[in-house]
Amino acid sequence: MTPDPTISIIFAFVIAFAIAMYVVMDGFDLGIGILFPSFTVGKERDAAMNAIAPVWDGNETWLILGGGGLLAAFPLAYAIILPALYAPLIAMLLGLIFRGVAFEFRWRDPAHRAFWDGAFFAGSLTATFAQGVALGGLLSGIRVEGRAYAGGWWDWLSPFSLLTGFSLVAGYALLGACWLLWKTEGRIHDDARRWATPLAVATLASIVAVSAATPFLENRYFERWFDWPGILATAQVPLLVTVVAVMLFRSLRKGHERAPFLWTLALFGLSLAGLGISIYPEIVPGSVSIWDAAAPAKSQLFMLVGAAVLIPIILIYTGWAYWVFRGKVADAGYH
Amino acid sequence: MSDGDLALLLARAQFAFTVSFHFIFPAFSIGLASYLLVLEGLWLKTGKSHYFDLFKYWLKIFAIAFAMGVVSGIVMSYQFGTNWSVFADKAGPVIGPPMQYEVLTAFFLEAGFLGVMLFGLDRVGRGMHLLATAMVATGTAISAFWILSVNSWMQTPVGFSIGPTGQLLPTGSWWDIIFNPSFPYRFAHTVTAAYLTTALVVGAVGAWHLLRGHGTDANRTMFSMAMWMLTLVAPLQIVLGDLHGLNTLEHQPQKVMAMEGHYRSYPNGAPLYLFGIPNAEEKRLDYAVGIPKASSLILKHDPDAPMAGLDTIPDDREPPVAVVFWSFRIMVGLGMLMAALGLFSLIQRFRGRLFDSPLLHRWALLMGPTGFVAVIAGWVTTEVGRQPFTVYNVLRTADSVAPLAAPAVGASLAAFVLVYFAVFGIGTLYILKLMAHPPHAHEPDLADAPLRTAGITPAPQVNGDADKRPDMREGAA
Repeated sequence: MTPDPTISIIFAFVIAFAIAMYVVMDGFDLGIGILFPSFTVGKERDAAMNAIAPVWDGNETWLILGGGGLLAAFPLAYAIILPALYAPLIAMLLGLIFRGVAFEFRWRDPAHRAFWDGAFFAGSLTATFAQGVALGGLLSGIRVEGRAYAGGWWDWLSPFSLLTGFSLVAGYALLGACWLLWKTEGRIHDDARRWATPLAVATLASIVAVSAATPFLENRYFERWFDWPGILATAQVPLLVTVVAVMLFRSLRKGHERAPFLWTLALFGLSLAGLGISIYPEIVPGSVSIWDAAAPAKSQLFMLVGAAVLIPIILIYTGWAYWVFRGKVADAGYH
Repeated sequence: MSDGDLALLLARAQFAFTVSFHFIFPAFSIGLASYLLVLEGLWLKTGKSHYFDLFKYWLKIFAIAFAMGVVSGIVMSYQFGTNWSVFADKAGPVIGPPMQYEVLTAFFLEAGFLGVMLFGLDRVGRGMHLLATAMVATGTAISAFWILSVNSWMQTPVGFSIGPTGQLLPTGSWWDIIFNPSFPYRFAHTVTAAYLTTALVVGAVGAWHLLRGHGTDANRTMFSMAMWMLTLVAPLQIVLGDLHGLNTLEHQPQKVMAMEGHYRSYPNGAPLYLFGIPNAEEKRLDYAVGIPKASSLILKHDPDAPMAGLDTIPDDREPPVAVVFWSFRIMVGLGMLMAALGLFSLIQRFRGRLFDSPLLHRWALLMGPTGFVAVIAGWVTTEVGRQPFTVYNVLRTADSVAPLAAPAVGASLAAFVLVYFAVFGIGTLYILKLMAHPPHAHEPDLADAPLRTAGITPAPQVNGDADKRPDMREGAA
C-alpha cells in the first residue's frame, strides 16, 4: 500500500499533459472571449462565437481531467493547493459559469444579447486572469503544516502572481487571435490579424518577464535552471523560444493563416516545459514532492490502465469532432 | 460559535447549495438525452416528421439545460479540494480513481459528441448524427454510474484500510469498492428518478398546450409518451425506493430511524408515522399520527418484528432528525402523486380521453416541477441522513473541512448564491420561454447554415421568415 516512484512520475506527466491540453484548447476559446468586445456587434461576433461553439465544452473538460487527476493521483497536493488558491479558483469558476452559459443565452434573447456578450467577455477575462494568478501563487510557494495548507486567504496575491495573470491574458488572447486567423475569413479575419502582432509582442514580453523573475522566487528554481551541467539542457528552452518567436513573427508578416496558431502552440509548449523545469520534482513548490503526494500504487495503477486506453480514444473522437467542423466559418456579410 | 465552527457551517451550506442547484440540471438532462435518442431513432425508423419536430424542439431546451449542468458541475469537481481538502486528502486514494473514470468515460464522451449533436445535423450523415446523440445519452448515464458509485461508497464504505497518515487506502478489490453495497440500489433509484423528472416536464408542457387547444400530432405524441412513462415507471420507482430503503436499513440503520421518526425502540412492532413533529429536545415525535406495526411490516415483512430506535445510537452519531423526516415524506408523497397521475392517465387512455381530459391535463401541468422537488428531497434525505459523517462511520464531516477562514467561505457562498440565482434563474426563464411555444409542424432547423448560426434558433423567431437565423435578424435590426 505504498506509492510507486515510477508510476508516480508517469502520472505526473499524464496530469501535465491534461493541463497542457487544457491550456492550449480552452486557451484559444477563452482568448476569443477576451477579444470579443473588439469585434463589431452582429455578424462579426456571431462568426467569432461560431468558431468555438461546437468545441468549447470538450476543451473545458481537460480542466476537469487535470483537477480530477490531481485528486486521484496526488490527493495531498490537491488538498494543499486548492485551499491555498481559494479566491482565484472561485473567481475562475464563476467566470467560467458566465462565459459558458453565454454560448447558449446570447442566441436565446436577442434583446439582451449585448449583456451576454459582455458576460462572455468578462467571464473569459476573469477565468483567464484567475488561472494566471493561481499559477503565480503556486510558483511563489505555499505554506504547509503537516498535511494541510497553513497560510491565509490572501497569500496568493503578489506582484508576481499579478504578472502571471496579465501574462496569461496576453497569451490566451494571442491563441484566440491565431485561431480566428485559421478559422475565419472577411472582416473578423482582418481584425484578428491586426491583433495578432501586438499580442505576440505582449506574450513574448510576458514570457521574458516571468522567466526572468521565476529563478529568483526560490533558490531551488535558480539551481534547476543554472546548475552545471543541467544548464546545457535548460538553455535550449530560451534558445527554442527565440527561434519560435522569430518564426511566429515571420508567419504573421507573410500573412499565413495556419502557421501562427501552430507557432503559438509551440510557444505555449515551451513555456510549460520551462514551468516543468522550475518545479520538477516538486508538486507543491517548496514543500511537497511528487512522491510525497502520491496516492498508493494501487490507485494510480488502476487509473493509469484506464488513461492509457481511454485518452487515445478521446483524442480520436475529439479529433473527429474538430474534423466535422473543419474549414472556415462562413461570414454572411462578405459575399 | 467559534470561527472554525462558522467556517464549517458555511462550507456545508455552500456545498449543499451548489450541489442541489447542480443536480437539478443532470436530473433533467439524463432523462432528456435518452428521450432525444428515442425521438431521433423513431424519426429515422418511421420517417414521420413530427418525431423530428419534437427532437428539434427538445434539443433546444436540452442545450440550455446541459450548458447549465456543465458549468455548475465544474464547480463541484473543484469544491472537493477548495472546501473539503481534508476529505480529499483522506478519501482521495479510494474515490479519486472512480471520479477520474467519470471524466475519461463520461464527460469527454458527452462533450466530444455534443457539438455534433447540436450543430452537426447537416454536417454528418443521419446515422452518424444518431450515433452522436446516442453517445451523449450514454455519457450522461455513465456519468451517473461513476458519481453515484462514489457517493454510495461514502454511504457504505468497503474495501479500504486506514493508513499511517490517516488516509483511506484501497485494500479491497476495485470491483467491491465500485459496486459497494448501496450502489446498485442508489443507481437504479436515481436514474429512474431522472427519467420520471423528464417525463413529468415533458408531460406538463404537453398538457399546457393541450389545455390551450394545440392538439397537434407532435404535442399529442409527447404527452402520450410522457404519460406512458409515468404509468410504467412511477410504480417501478416505488418498488426500487422500497428496496433502497431496505438496503439502507441494513447498512445505515440510524438514517432509517430518522426517516421513520423512530426516536425510541419498538420491541413489538414499530408504527409507520405518517405525520408528526420531531422534537429534538425531548427526543420524541410530537402530534404523531401513525399506523401501528406498519413500519415493521414494510421494513421487516413482519408486523411484530422488533425495531431499534435512535435511543440505541450515541448522540454524536445521530443525524438531524427533522430534516430527514420531512424531506423523506416530501419525496414519498410526491412519488405517490406521480404514480396516481400515471394510473389516472391510463384510465383516461383506455376511455379514449387522453387528449380530452382537462382534469388530467391540469394535474399533469401541476406535477411538472415535482420531479425536481422529489429528487432534491431524496438527496437531502440520504445526505443529511449520513451526517455527522462524510464517509459513514469512518470520517466525520467536522474532520473533513478545509482550513479556510470563515470570511473567505462566507464571501464565496454569497457569490455563488447571487450568481446561481441570477444566471440559472435566467436560464430557466429561457427554457420556459421555449416551452411556452408548442412544438411546430416545421420546427426551425438546428443549423440551416453550417456553424453560421450556432445552430439553435430561438422559438420566438418562428414567424414565417425565410431566414430565421439570429445573426440574419440582427443584421436587419
